[in-house]
Amino acid sequence: MELLAFGKTGWGDELFYATLMTIAVSITAMLVGFFFALIFTPLKLSKYKTLNLVGNFYTTVIRGVPELLVIYLFFFGGSGAIMYVASIFGYYEYIEINAFITGSMAIGIISGAYSTEVFRGAIQSIDKGQFEAAKVLGINKFGQFYKIILPQMLRLAIPNLSNVWQITLKDTSLISVTGLVEIMRQSYIAAGSTRDPLFFYSFAAVLYLLLTYVSMKLINKLEVKYSRGY
Amino acid sequence: MDLDLMITSFPKLLGATVVTLKLLSASLFFGLFLGLFFAILRLNKNIFINKFAYGYSYIFRGTPLLVQIFIIYFGLGQIEYLRTTFLWVILKEPYWCAIIAFTLNTGAYTSEILRSAFQTIKPGIIEAGKSLGISNKIIFYKIQIPIAIRQSLPAYGNEIILMMKGTSLASTVTLMDLTGVAKYIISTTFKPIEVFIVAGGIYLFMTFIIHNVIKYLEKKYSFQQ
Repeated sequence: MELLAFGKTGWGDELFYATLMTIAVSITAMLVGFFFALIFTPLKLSKYKTLNLVGNFYTTVIRGVPELLVIYLFFFGGSGAIMYVASIFGYYEYIEINAFITGSMAIGIISGAYSTEVFRGAIQSIDKGQFEAAKVLGINKFGQFYKIILPQMLRLAIPNLSNVWQITLKDTSLISVTGLVEIMRQSYIAAGSTRDPLFFYSFAAVLYLLLTYVSMKLINKLEVKYSRGY
Repeated sequence: MDLDLMITSFPKLLGATVVTLKLLSASLFFGLFLGLFFAILRLNKNIFINKFAYGYSYIFRGTPLLVQIFIIYFGLGQIEYLRTTFLWVILKEPYWCAIIAFTLNTGAYTSEILRSAFQTIKPGIIEAGKSLGISNKIIFYKIQIPIAIRQSLPAYGNEIILMMKGTSLASTVTLMDLTGVAKYIISTTFKPIEVFIVAGGIYLFMTFIIHNVIKYLEKKYSFQQ
């Protein structure tokens, strides 16, 4: 237990901040994922074959390639890509991107592919009559989407989005390979310096279980809220 | 684009794919039995057995695979007692540690898939078997298991693909699988995009094959001929 003490003697405070870091990365990645889903869901539902192809390419590639490989692409290729863009504008110094940004971008793109599929499925399962009724009532496109489709879609999407959240939360453990100090990295450091890997990795497992448990409880509340009237 | 690098790295990556496929097939094979075992435990009416099986699947589904591999590879070696038993022969090899971790992980997901498949079997089918005088054991092996396998095919196909992506984590415990070799080539040549295209292409090809095999099996074993 003294291994977990707060302050200089134990690893309690370090692990606490690492847990906050995991939560921060997961939330950022989830939001980045929503942003990507916002772009790619309409593409997948579009009438045009080419746009469909672009949308399908994104979700198929990201869901078919291991997360770790995507993270390595961002980790090794991220600063190169930024420097290439910068060189167009005449800036030739070395640019290093923050591990937090690289990590949450990589996980965000992965989570976005899953979110896209969830939103696509949710929109497709809304009755066609709803769209037609909205049109007949003379509601404009914006109102149709925000007042009629979105609330119904959310109810259908939340159970699946909670799965995406769980996947995202667990995927953040992989960005420990880039050196970002989250739960996994901190446990690795602690295990290395105390030579007690069994304890620290098991404790990391407990922290992850705690995170998934708490988030499940919170999401269940949301689910109840959005399924009022059903 | 460095086409030469892509061509020269292709055979190396293809050789590493063999390691990935070995890890995948071994863990799926053992994981299927483990999953079936725990799915049967989940259907048991005894609350302790039931809770035990639920706890297993909850723990392994609620924690990242990386943590599980690290606990088995780095953590178990710390127990002095284990080092003296014959288990140490297995546990000192990263290859077997990875397979154990993958098996336990896929077993947890498989048990959930099979449990829900067992629960969706209509009671009428079992009753029909009973009224024909078939023993409970035969009903289970000849009626419930085949229907459950058919029901769980789509979800199990997803699990195979997830597991194939999961084997990439073997590279974190020094195994040179497809991702491990890809990382090695990237870190020596600093050409991440080219290597990503080749390695990602191989992974996508495997996903494509698995997807189509499952689709074929689904069609073959569908109820409506």
